Amino acid sequence: MGSKIPLFPVQASTISGDVDSLALFLLAVATFFTVVIFACIFYFAIRYRRRSDRELPHVQHGGMLLEIIWSVIPFGITMVMFVWGAKLYYEESRPPDNAMPIYVVAKQWMWKLEHLEGQREINELHIPVGRAVKLTMTSEDVIHSFFVPAFRVKSDVVPGKYSTMWFTATKTGRYHLFCAEFCGNRHSGMIGWIDVLSPQDYQNWLNSNPPPSTMAENGSKLFNGMGCPACHKADGTGRCPSLVGLYGSTVHLADGSTVVADEAYIRESILRPQAKIVAGYGSMMPTYQGQVTEDDLTQLVEYIKWLGDKSEGKEPTPGTQGEPLSLPKLRGQ
Amino acid sequence: MITAAVTEREHYLNQSYGLKSWLLTKDHKRIGLLYLFTVTLFFFLGGAFATMIRIELLSPTGNFVSSDTYNKLFTMHGVAMIFFFLIPSIPATLGNFFLPMMIGARDLAFPRINLVSWYLLVIGGLFALFAMLAGGVDTGWTFYTPYSTTYSNSWVIATALGIFIAGFSSILTGLNFIVTVHRMRAPGMTWSRMPLFVWSTYATSLIQVLGTPVLAVTIILLFCERVFHIGIFDPALGGDPVLFQHLFWFYSHPAVYIMILPAMGVISEIVSVFSRKAIFGYHFVAYASIAIAVLGFLVWGHHLFVATQSVYAGLVFSFLSYFVAIPSAIKVFNWTATLYKGSISFATPMLYAFGFIGLFTIGGLTGLFLAALGFDVHVTDTYFVVAHFHYIMVGGAIMAYMGGLHYWWPKMTGRMYPEGWAKLSALVVFLGFNLTFFPQFILGYMGMPRRYHVYPDEFQVLHVLSTAGASVLAVGYLMPMIYFVWSLKYGAMAPANPWGASGLEWKTPSPPPLHNFDQMPVVTTEAYDYSSVIGEEIQVG
Repeated sequence: MGSKIPLFPVQASTISGDVDSLALFLLAVATFFTVVIFACIFYFAIRYRRRSDRELPHVQHGGMLLEIIWSVIPFGITMVMFVWGAKLYYEESRPPDNAMPIYVVAKQWMWKLEHLEGQREINELHIPVGRAVKLTMTSEDVIHSFFVPAFRVKSDVVPGKYSTMWFTATKTGRYHLFCAEFCGNRHSGMIGWIDVLSPQDYQNWLNSNPPPSTMAENGSKLFNGMGCPACHKADGTGRCPSLVGLYGSTVHLADGSTVVADEAYIRESILRPQAKIVAGYGSMMPTYQGQVTEDDLTQLVEYIKWLGDKSEGKEPTPGTQGEPLSLPKLRGQ
Repeated sequence: MITAAVTEREHYLNQSYGLKSWLLTKDHKRIGLLYLFTVTLFFFLGGAFATMIRIELLSPTGNFVSSDTYNKLFTMHGVAMIFFFLIPSIPATLGNFFLPMMIGARDLAFPRINLVSWYLLVIGGLFALFAMLAGGVDTGWTFYTPYSTTYSNSWVIATALGIFIAGFSSILTGLNFIVTVHRMRAPGMTWSRMPLFVWSTYATSLIQVLGTPVLAVTIILLFCERVFHIGIFDPALGGDPVLFQHLFWFYSHPAVYIMILPAMGVISEIVSVFSRKAIFGYHFVAYASIAIAVLGFLVWGHHLFVATQSVYAGLVFSFLSYFVAIPSAIKVFNWTATLYKGSISFATPMLYAFGFIGLFTIGGLTGLFLAALGFDVHVTDTYFVVAHFHYIMVGGAIMAYMGGLHYWWPKMTGRMYPEGWAKLSALVVFLGFNLTFFPQFILGYMGMPRRYHVYPDEFQVLHVLSTAGASVLAVGYLMPMIYFVWSLKYGAMAPANPWGASGLEWKTPSPPPLHNFDQMPVVTTEAYDYSSVIGEEIQVG
């Protein structure tokens, strides 16, 4: 393919330059110490080579000062490495509030990706350049890992829980998506592409792939079809808590603790309702473990998020239990 | 033999003959040789798997073996090399043979238990071999759940049981060494006069005794889930898959130090003898071994930076990982300082030691890269990690093992190996190793994931380089295999102390008598005091 050997991966996200800077710092430190050690070994070995079988070098006892110098200085340098690496890691764990959500469901051996607007993709993800993207990911079977070398990001995708990662692409193009955690026979075939498009191209792509319904609409159908509104009445009069305004709020639990209602909490409460009982309510909800797929769960979560998302001024209509909600148009459409 | 005219001196090799005298021996030296034989078999088995992996990766399209076979090859390469070669290699062969001799003991504290531990390794090895022959195992040597418990259709249980049994071999050897060091030292052999190989093997034994039971527990849990479907790790059964990784690395990270600490001990011996100088900063090097053994238990979470553990756990494990780097750095600096104004010989063991210091330095420094969180996120599970741990385990542990084998070969067998060929082998190994694994650092940073059977075209050039290096490396390893065997019959007879070393193991004939010393040695000087040795040589000459 390429006539030259590539030695450095393309930088295509806001943090890839930062990771490369850290890498160059690490490389500089490593090169310095390697050269010093190699040079000392070569010089000493030649300079003090054995000239007679009977020579007996003068014994030197260790030098406390030297020991302290070569312990403390390297330790100081490693602390720079620690702080620098930690800062990047912390930033990578904090998606911006306005990040565009994408859901990822991994399975042996494919990536299923879904946009909020309802577009579903397999082993390929279209995203706009310059916009933060937050992935909420889970697996249907074994552990996988979502790895985009050009973005310098990676996160395991673990069955039974949601993991998240985020990035902002800075350069349009087509970049490798790899599964980085060994997942069985066709692990190396679990690859795909991230297509970074200009905002206009992204809009065109969305428009040329109109989905039948958005994720929240799908979730709404599931919510009603499974009979959830019978208990989770929107006006709070049901046997179970109202889910309106839930997402992002702080929930007080029966054991006195609190939890912020994020995607992971909502998912857990559907599958294992007994895990966190809301204060003032009993534990009457049955488990839905094994009855909803991970794909369905993402739709339900997105619907419940939509119910709670007041930031864009959507007014959930009261009294909608039993009938599908009429959902307003979501962003991007 | 011409020398047969003279009545041959009695030693541990000619005291008795026949299979039974070996299979029921309680002599630590013979058991050391049994281990040598066993781990060499596994080394070449693991090497054969590595050869097939490297041949497959010549082409990006995966057309030499199927992906199923490929997955089994890298799994069995890891299992054979780690559990049945690297972990027993230096402690159980060189340690078994020389730890008692270096402290002036007649044997280990529990000779029968020593034999039992060899049998446990063999039985464990037979389980693993059975699994390989019956169809292999495809989970990776890390056995990550729930793939290993629920999804894999390969011989997970047989392999895991083999590792479980071999683990007890490791525990018993560690226990034996600890008691021996505490109870069996010759008169005058105080702790601060012990050779550094004894210190590092002692530190290793602590890890073996304290860490290996956790591996055993983990394997039992894996067994319970795979066989009885008790939900521990698989979320479909109510378990937590990441829990397995915590348990696994709680053993397997310290296990890295089971491989590297004895290697560091061998290097301390060689660097001192072949510079004819006491190790600079003896106490720092000795305590660094203990520090590594202790700190090694606190850093397992750095294998889980992208495994969805909490961000704060990641920060703590990254921070602690830098602490374990310092004692390793101290050792490297002290070895280098030992060379200063020494009397440096370029005999083969020293060439391997130079190779060790260079490669371990690179392996250790790239460990600092991986402990940096933001960097690790990009390169974890790529070839960067593969390159890093091969620099530590092959460039470090195996270089030291080879150096130690050459160093002690005259004592073990009574024969000298051919020096010219051996020097060549050290050079070939060093060059082949770097050509094999250096390109993998670049591959990893470019984004090539590990355990990929088929890969994108742009990575091919670096893979071809790596395979070319592996062919050179294979030659480097086959050469000693051949000349060591050759030397058993044709090598020059070894004197008691061919290197002018100061350790007690050199103060007895080569090969040693059955009970190591004709008279109980009494120690009156620090370790590495060469003045008396050179004095003797001048008198003899």
